[in-house]
Parts: sequence; C-alpha cells; structure tokens
Amino acid sequence: MPSSVNAPDRINDFVVKFANVNGTGSASANSLIMKTIFRMGVPVTGKNYFPSNIQGLPTWYEIRVTRDGHAARASRVDIMVAMNAETYQRDVREVASGGFLIYDSTWPRSTLLQRGDITVIGVPLAQLVNENFDGVRNRILLKNIAYAGVIAALLDLDLTVIDGLLHESYGKKPKLLDANSRALKLGYEYARQHLACPLPLHVKHLDKTRGYIMIDGNTAAGLGCVYAGATVGAWYPITPSTSLMDAFKGFCERYRVDAASGERNYAVIQAEDELAAIGMVLGAAWNGARAFTPTSGPGISLMNEFVGLAYYAEVPAVLFDVQRVGPSTGMPTRTQQADILLCAYASHGDTRHVLLFPANPEECFHMAVQAFDLAERLQTPVFVLSDLDIGMNDWMCRELKWDDAYQPDRGKVLSDQELASLDKFYRYVDRDEDAITYRTIPGTSSKGAYFTRGSGHNQYGAYTEDSAEYQFVLDRLKRKFVTAARYVPEPEIIGGGDGKLGIVSVGSCDGAVREAIEVLGRQKIAVDYLRIKAFPFTSKVESWLASHTTIFVVEQNRDAQLRSLLTLETQVEKSKLHSILSYSGFPMSCDPIVDRIRASLAEEPRFAAVPTKVVPR
Amino acid sequence: MSFINKPKVAHPSLPKNALGLTRRQYEGSMSTLCAGCGHDSITAAIIEACFELDMRPEQLVKLSGIGCSSKTTAYFVSGSHGFNSVHGRMPSIASGASAANRDLTYIGISGDGDSLSIGLGQLVHVIRRNVSMLYLIENNGVYGLTKGQFSASADIGSQAKRGEVNQSAPIDPVLLALSLGATFVARSFSGDKAQLVPLIKAGLRHNGFALIDVLSPCVTFNDHEGSTKSYTFTREHYHAATEADFVAPQESIAVDYPVGEATEVQLHDGSRVLLRKLDASYDPTDRGAAYAYIETKLKQNEYVTGLIHINESSSTEFHTVNKSSKTPLNRIPFEKLSPGSAALAKLMARYR
Repeated sequence: MPSSVNAPDRINDFVVKFANVNGTGSASANSLIMKTIFRMGVPVTGKNYFPSNIQGLPTWYEIRVTRDGHAARASRVDIMVAMNAETYQRDVREVASGGFLIYDSTWPRSTLLQRGDITVIGVPLAQLVNENFDGVRNRILLKNIAYAGVIAALLDLDLTVIDGLLHESYGKKPKLLDANSRALKLGYEYARQHLACPLPLHVKHLDKTRGYIMIDGNTAAGLGCVYAGATVGAWYPITPSTSLMDAFKGFCERYRVDAASGERNYAVIQAEDELAAIGMVLGAAWNGARAFTPTSGPGISLMNEFVGLAYYAEVPAVLFDVQRVGPSTGMPTRTQQADILLCAYASHGDTRHVLLFPANPEECFHMAVQAFDLAERLQTPVFVLSDLDIGMNDWMCRELKWDDAYQPDRGKVLSDQELASLDKFYRYVDRDEDAITYRTIPGTSSKGAYFTRGSGHNQYGAYTEDSAEYQFVLDRLKRKFVTAARYVPEPEIIGGGDGKLGIVSVGSCDGAVREAIEVLGRQKIAVDYLRIKAFPFTSKVESWLASHTTIFVVEQNRDAQLRSLLTLETQVEKSKLHSILSYSGFPMSCDPIVDRIRASLAEEPRFAAVPTKVVPR
Repeated sequence: MSFINKPKVAHPSLPKNALGLTRRQYEGSMSTLCAGCGHDSITAAIIEACFELDMRPEQLVKLSGIGCSSKTTAYFVSGSHGFNSVHGRMPSIASGASAANRDLTYIGISGDGDSLSIGLGQLVHVIRRNVSMLYLIENNGVYGLTKGQFSASADIGSQAKRGEVNQSAPIDPVLLALSLGATFVARSFSGDKAQLVPLIKAGLRHNGFALIDVLSPCVTFNDHEGSTKSYTFTREHYHAATEADFVAPQESIAVDYPVGEATEVQLHDGSRVLLRKLDASYDPTDRGAAYAYIETKLKQNEYVTGLIHINESSSTEFHTVNKSSKTPLNRIPFEKLSPGSAALAKLMARYR
C-alpha cells in the first residue's frame, strides 16, 4: 500500500471520488473521466454508490486509477470532488491525509472545509457556468462537464482522448457537442490558469488496456443471452437487474429484427410480477425455447414456488439473480452475496439447484451461455448469481470473444424420427443411467405426448401416491445432481502457497482476494486460492478443501453462507473454515482480508468468525 | 367414480372425423372426480369440440393450475402435451408457451378458486396481454379438494353445505373480462352441451384470448338447497342471450335465419361463428352494451349465457403487438439467433 499521496510512485495509482446529487447528470461527466483514463492505457475501476432515488439524494462515484490492474475497490480516497454541499462534512472526512478536495467556491466554505492535512481547492464552477450558459437545467448539466475539465487539467488527462469521447457521444448533435466542449474547456482553462497543474497524483499514458473493454455485468449477461440463442425473456423490473433485460432488448433490436419484414426473433415480456415472470420462463422453456428471467433477491423469494415445480417436473430455466442487500427490501442499490443459500435450496421440499458464480462481466457473458446449456442438458433451473457490483458497475475486462463453432446443448430432446423408433415414450425413465431422462417438446408427434405435473409422479409420468414410485423419481433427481457436478465449470485454483493455507471465495470478491494475496505475498505470507464457480461442488473443490489445513472463506454476507454450503455439501471439517465477511453493501476491498489473515497468523491457532469492522457515520 | 380403465380399442363402426380419428381417440385418462361432477360434462364437450374440429392431438396444448378443474386436463386428448402447473399460475405458463410457439392451440382449464382468488392477478394480466388461448373456468363457487369453503365467485346469500351464508360480493369472471377488453367472452352451463360445444370450438379458433365461464355444479359440496351454484338453481336461472353455431371454413351454413336475427362473425382462420340473438336488443359486438346487459341480468339473479362478446378485429393479440416472427420462436435456427464472432468483434468498439 503506497504510503504518501505525494510520493512519485502515486502516478497512475490513486482514487478520485465524486460526490454528487442524484439526477443532476453527473454520471456522464464521471464516466467521461474514467473512460479517458482507460483510453490512455491506464487500468481503472469505477464504482457507483447511488441511492434508491430518482432525484435529490446524495450519490458518489469512485474511480480507482490502478496501474497494476486491480479489480477491487480501494478503501481510501485521494481526491474528493465534492459537488454536493449536503455531504461536504463526511466527504471532507473521507479524504486520506495529504489528499485533495475540490469544491465549488462560488459559495466559499472556508470553515466547513477546514482540514489541515489536506489541500482544499476551490473552483467557482457555478459562476463560470452561469456566466457562459443559459437555462437552469443546462447549467446544472454543464457544471458537471466543467468539473470534468478541471479534473482533466489537474490529472493531466489527454485532451484529444476526451475530445474523441465527446464526439462519440454527441457527434450527431452539434449543439450538445459544442456546449459540452465549451464547458470542458472552461473548467480546463480555469484550472490551468489558477491551479498548480498537474497534481502530484496524475495520469500518464501506459499501454495496459489494449485488448480490454469497460463493460458492466448486466450488459455482458444480456449479450450472453442473445449469443446463447435465448428467444423469450420474461421479467419484472427490479434493481439491480433491470439493465440486464434492457441490454437484452437493445441487442435484440440490433441483431434479431428481420430487416425486410420488421419481424422479431425474440419476445420480451414484462410480467405483472416475478411469480408470473418465472412462470413464463417455464412455459417457454417447456415449449422448446431458451428462456430466462433476470431478477434480484426479492424476486427469487417470489419465484420459489415455480422453481420447485421446475426442479420436480424437470423443466429448464435460467435465472439471473443480481444480488442486492437483504433481508427484505434491504438496500436495493447496494451489493451483497446473501442469496447463496436461498438459491441453492429454493422452494419447499427436497430441492437442490445448479448455481453459477461469475466474478466479472466477462464471466457473466460466458456463464449466461453455459447456464442455458446446463439448464437444457440437466432439465432443471440454473441460477447465475451475479451481484450489483458486477452487474451495474463498469469493469475493465478482456474483450469478449465468441467461438463460431459453438452449438447449443439442447439436451435430451426426442425428435419425431427418434420417437418413431421407440416402442413407447416415457418421460422420466432413466435410459442412459445418468439420471437425465428424455423429453419431448409440444408439437412433436402425439406418441411423445406426456403430462407435466408438480404432483407426485412415477417414472412413466403418471400421477402417483405410491411411496416406492415417488421415491424412485426423487432418488433419481438426487443422482441427477451428482451428474450435474460433471457438467458445471471447475473452480479456478491459484497456487503459490504452501498447500496448507488457502482462501476460498466466490464472485465479486475475486478482485479483493487477488489483491490481498499480492499484498500478503509482499509480506512473505503465501496463500493458495480457490474460487468457486459453481454449485454442485466438483471433486476438485473437495480435494482442495481436504488438502488445505487452514482455509479462509471470503464472502459478502453476514451469515457465512458459502461456508455453510461447503460444510453441508462437502466432507470438509467445519473447524478448518474461517470466515472473512463483508456485508456493508459496498464492494469489498482487500484490507479486511489482509488484516484478518495477518492477525490470525499472529494469533495462531485461534480463528473466530469476526466480521469486518463497520464504523457508523 | 370408479377407476376402471377404459379399453383403448375402438369399435370399427365408430364415426371418424376428417383425420380418421374417433371420439375415443380424443379421450384422456379416467376421471377421478366425483360421479355427476359438472367438470366431467365439460371434459366431454371439449372432446366433442376437438373431434368435430378435426384437431390433431399434437396441435393442442393443455394447461392448468391446481384444483378439481385443473385435474381435468388429464381426462381429454391424451395425445396432447399437458402441463398441470401450480395454483393460480397457469396463465403465466400459457403466456410463455404461446410466446415460444405461436402455431399451437392452447387450452387452459381453471376453476373459480384457481382463477378468481389465488390466480386473479395472472388471469387479469393474461387477458390484458391478449394471449391466444381458450381459457375455460369451471365455476362452482366452492373449493372442492379442501372440502367446501366458499370461493370468490360465491354469490351473496348463497349457503354452504354446513349452513354458513356468504356475505362477500362475488367476482364475476365475465364482467371482469369485459371490463378488461377481452375479445371473446362467453358463459355456459356444464349441463348444456349443445350450447357449450360450439362455444369451445369458436374459442379455440379465436385469434386472441377467449374466456368461457362455465357454471359447473359441485355435486358434493355445492349442490344443495340454498346454493346459487347448484344444478337446480342454475337450470332455473340461466338465460341464453345468443345461440352460437360454429361453421368451419369449408362448411356452408345449413340453417336459414330470418333477416336481422343472425349475425355472422368471421374468425381469423376463415371459420365463422353464426350468432342468433335470442334477445333482439342484444348486440354481442358492443362491449359496453354487453357489460350493461349482463350486469342488469345478474341483479335479477339471471346468469346470461352464450357468446356474450366477440371482437375479431382487435389488433392487440400478443404476437401481433410483439411483431413476432411468423416462424415460431422455438423453431428459428440457432444461426439466425446468435450474431456470431464478427458482430461481437465489431460491437466491442463501443466498450473500448
């Protein structure tokens, strides 16, 4: 961890945070700055901390300039762009010692912003904008671009890159382009004339983003659904999953509309609630379409009933759970991984479900495709457990690639010809002894007709209340879950430790874990890493857990849900698993992992599950 | 009801339809409902309608929720795929299924509990969405499988078997559907097969959502004196507003009606519904008038039956609104669905 903000090693390695008012158009200014840094070849992460509100509440955007390409958020702020008077006090407090604070000095706040160990920079932004532009809304919007100009000067951003981005955004609207360019110049020139530019913390061209893109996980997942050949998407709007369906729809409008006839090769249905959304997915998938629903925890709660039916009647379905903070409504615009157990065992009765855990947008894209293959191969619901951090923030990840040789795995579906060669078709007879049976799609010959039901049924698909017949089917479903472990993605395993000390983690913790391993490595503490990508757990997970003696389980929930699932579904000794938990709602940084492992090693052998410290503001 | 499996062998002299199928081949498994249940008569009417329509069994998809009525999808056309889903949620299964394959014919069987209580939300929205299907409510005003609780269609003052009197206002599916702009709304009685069969045929051929509310007395829990959904009460209080004949595309109209008495409505596939108005003032194509008429008659304790409203010219059918491809979505080849590597490479520029 760098020691001082003034040290020369802080070039391309610092955090800028923007404090804004929600609904004032600050997002475009903030992403302009982030994208500029990215195009200058310098790795960045962008995290949006926004309220569940349309207009008026405070909102923050944090850009980490990270020449080493870390994916996690850093737990410090070096430069605060304080554009919201309402939050000045806490924003001032948050700046690291030696850091900078930029504020709108049209209304001077000399006492309020007093802090001896930071540099406060006042720029009369409102005044500058008011003198140069007309219209209230216009002025509010352009003030954001003006501060982007100030930041561009202070961070020594490449103006030609910014100019290029503005042209891409407003190229077709010359008036807007002109206003934005002028506002940017206004801030830029002011800073060059009145401030010491650049700051010691600034950006210099690198060549570390070639082959990379900035994309959010929901967009990538929506695109994955298009590439997977999904044709029916049903959903009920819910933060933070809404943009997934927006993306799917947008890409479908681009790729799935017949140019000549205007006919659509897709259907997006906005359902009346999540109960209906999942019902539509089951109806469509049962009828032979690839169908999916994006939702979040509250939606999964409502979908439980149908998920049980899909499990028992063996209907494929793909569900994206973009997790947010629970329980109940919780904090809809904050991130968490607290739906792991809910999804693993969703619905009443004995059920277990296939889960996929993407760690970044690139994996959201590929796992979306895998999810459809698995759902149809295994004839069961598959949950993709993303979260708000992955889903809604822009991540730097490798360019998405597609293999044109890919063919969808539609699973065991009998055609009319195949049916003709059978004496008789029975829906739930395990002909291949892999616990996966054959299905037919409505519309195929009546020889393949069968009755799908959530009530007790025997292997021939007939209603039953006979214990032996019922159990026969239920036991096969249990075996099918064993089969599932052969198809799901293997964990990612990174060595480097002594084979005894290790970290197990999942999803969006990945960046924080990798950074923690690097930091610990510099302190001569070597740690192995296993990242779970799927449930059921594969034999590789089992053997890794068996061979390691001290295992830290890093996850973002209060109740150590991944740890619970590991103890329930593997042979691992419970006492070997030590929790590192983060459930504040903010994306994880590496600090709690580093601190906890260092402290634990010092105190060996006592490890208790202590949550990361939360200091209420 | 006894559980004797019917032999599947048909007598060679049984009449056959254009597909060479007998009525027996449109039957399903043996009903497990109570002897005399109205639902079994409706099942028989569905079998008759499918036989007469020359319906290919694999063309039909049977959907249901939970309850006595929902069980009946197993009792007709065993050559069709069936989906007995969860309580009150059949409309969403139907919506998804229809989205995936617009070429099949969907019939949903529900009850008053399934549709008007637990499933009211889904019923309302499937009507709004105008999914092309025949939705049949087997309405008996009572919960049978849980032994006799009132349902949401029970009339005020109707008496339960154990003496309790219903005090809550009923939800009338016909008025509900009319108020939502449904394009095919009918009511019938399980005991009137002559009326029911042509309604089912027309409903199956309607382009859009077709609702038939069928009064179907529960012999075990709601057929006593004091009940307004008993056989006796229904027979005494039902009143046909129209008489419908279904005429297949290739058929000619056999009966001559006096001028002004009959209205002909052409359906999407070229078949026709010939409506004979029993009340000269009644206009089944006028939704507002139909609503007022039904409501007035209900106040007089009369169930108006027949094809109450039809609007074949509506353009709100789901796939029309969605501009869906003519090829069912589940049959579009993968190559047409996945944009490929070149398109992806091009798209990446947007995110650099």
